[in-house]
Amino acid sequence: MPLDIYLNVAVSGLLTGLVYGLMALGLSVIFGVVRVVNFAHGEMMTIAMYIAIVLFSAFKLDPLVMMVPIAGVLFALGYVMQAGLINPFISRPEHSQFMLLVAVAIIMVNVLLLIFGPDARSVQTSYAFDSFAFGPIIVDATKVYAACAAIVVSAALFTFFKFSSVGKAIRACADNYTGALVVGLDVKRLYALTFGLGAACVGAAGSMLAIIIDVTPPLGPQYTLLAFVIVITGGLGSMPGALLGGVLIGMTEALAGLLFAPSAKSMFAFAILVLVLLFRPQGIVGKRA
Amino acid sequence: MTRLFAGTPTHGLVLLVLLLAALVAAPLIANDYLLTILILILYFAYAGQAWNIMMGFAGQLSLGHALYVGLGAYTASALYVHFGVAPWLGLLVAVPVAMLAGAVIGFLAFRFGVAGVYFAILTIAFAEFARIGFDHISYVGGSAGFFLPVAQYTQNDLWNLRGRPVMFYYVILALAALAFMLCHLLLRSRMGYFWQAIREDEEAARALGIDTFRYKMYAVVISAGMTAVAGVFFAFFYNNLFPEQVFHISRSIELILAPIIGGVGTLFGPIVGAFLLTGLSEAVTETLHALGFEIPGAKQVFYGICLLVVVMALPDGIWPWLARRLGLERRS
Repeated sequence: MPLDIYLNVAVSGLLTGLVYGLMALGLSVIFGVVRVVNFAHGEMMTIAMYIAIVLFSAFKLDPLVMMVPIAGVLFALGYVMQAGLINPFISRPEHSQFMLLVAVAIIMVNVLLLIFGPDARSVQTSYAFDSFAFGPIIVDATKVYAACAAIVVSAALFTFFKFSSVGKAIRACADNYTGALVVGLDVKRLYALTFGLGAACVGAAGSMLAIIIDVTPPLGPQYTLLAFVIVITGGLGSMPGALLGGVLIGMTEALAGLLFAPSAKSMFAFAILVLVLLFRPQGIVGKRA
Repeated sequence: MTRLFAGTPTHGLVLLVLLLAALVAAPLIANDYLLTILILILYFAYAGQAWNIMMGFAGQLSLGHALYVGLGAYTASALYVHFGVAPWLGLLVAVPVAMLAGAVIGFLAFRFGVAGVYFAILTIAFAEFARIGFDHISYVGGSAGFFLPVAQYTQNDLWNLRGRPVMFYYVILALAALAFMLCHLLLRSRMGYFWQAIREDEEAARALGIDTFRYKMYAVVISAGMTAVAGVFFAFFYNNLFPEQVFHISRSIELILAPIIGGVGTLFGPIVGAFLLTGLSEAVTETLHALGFEIPGAKQVFYGICLLVVVMALPDGIWPWLARRLGLERRS
């Protein structure tokens, strides 16, 4: 095979990986602050994808533009979930939190199944078949747009956490729970806000992925797993780690699909996960706790 | 036997004997459909008991127990289909295979200090790895599935596990009863107390001189081996195996629902949970069927809501609450 093909596949994997990274960023932010693993993460993303599809098929609204309101809807969903369901579970053992989110995930997948049925749906934008050529590399326009959007959203989130006072307060909760309570921060509300922000990330990522891949309800659990693989590879709780992990896993999957059977591609992602857990459990950029 | 039930109130023993008697007598009145549901319940009670050793006793959260079910199921079926080895002999290979897998995962995780959420995700990773791997092993059918020969059986062949539901019912009832007794003994053994110490505070346990690595390894290996037996039963009862189904994460979750809902770390938790969840699931199916409301997903939504309610209302599970109601708290 000529080198061109490898390059093309690698770049395509990199672009998809950036969107994966944004999705995983949501999970990482939630875990980093609230210390709860969101086992309904992929399911929340499929909700965003279906909203994008409904808006597109009913009103011809472009998912990339609708990304902002969809992220808003998911923010509200995340906020309500944290405030209503998860906050009482903060001090409960991990398996109890896991069970709660699994129950939420089961409900989400099957409500989507009830409403939309099991058939795959997709968005056919006017630019669905456009592509850009950079020398020998030809990439789909959809992937370029989605990846750019992912970078913009991630940058916005970084800025928020780095510079805004609310962002600083959230980081304070993550660093020292008791300390945050002592200085008078409303930790429960900040947790809800964080979960909302994590959900907004996954909402934005869902709108972007809706133009790249076909959606079915069972996609949710798969993407939950994918998000785990990415954040642990990059470093659970680390924001740059999530993006880096997303790119790494995106490229690995793309190249493994080319070199081996496409059906075996996730095997390589899981192999990377196992290696990372064993030899660098804090992730590629994470710090040791 | 007297040591086995020391400290249990008398009316608790009476209830236990009544439950066992009812289960032994059940095939006299139950038809095949009801029997199949009871088999499913006991299957989950058995597998839940096995998982509970790892999580409930030793505090190691495994979300990948489908791996051990699958390894047990595939090993015994492959031996049966390719070499005609009876499942009871197949167990002698299937159980060690799963134990070895458990030992490898445990060794890697505990040696490298992978714990908590990370450990749970490591177990998922291994199960998923096996799922995709088995999709590509043509010796056992790959993704197209692996099938055990099925025929109309007029006679029950216990040695080859070929026969009618009633035979499977008594097999799984015996397994569930044995698992219950084994867990009871384990929980009150020296090792059981070490496990509980590790579960409550691993560092303190180590400070007291408990070889935590070794005892966590024992927990994983015993749990994996017991779960493999469930896998062998699963294979010979359903006669077909698909990697996509057997190793899937949803199977792992299904296995641990009963003990979590019933009460993690309790002996009756897995049993109560299995009865409640499987009973509920079947009842919902029947009700929706009777109402002519058969849309894919409806049942699972209801199921999910019930799960949510139980998890929120009874964080320790149903059994501790039920035991208080029945006045069965252990006097020790």
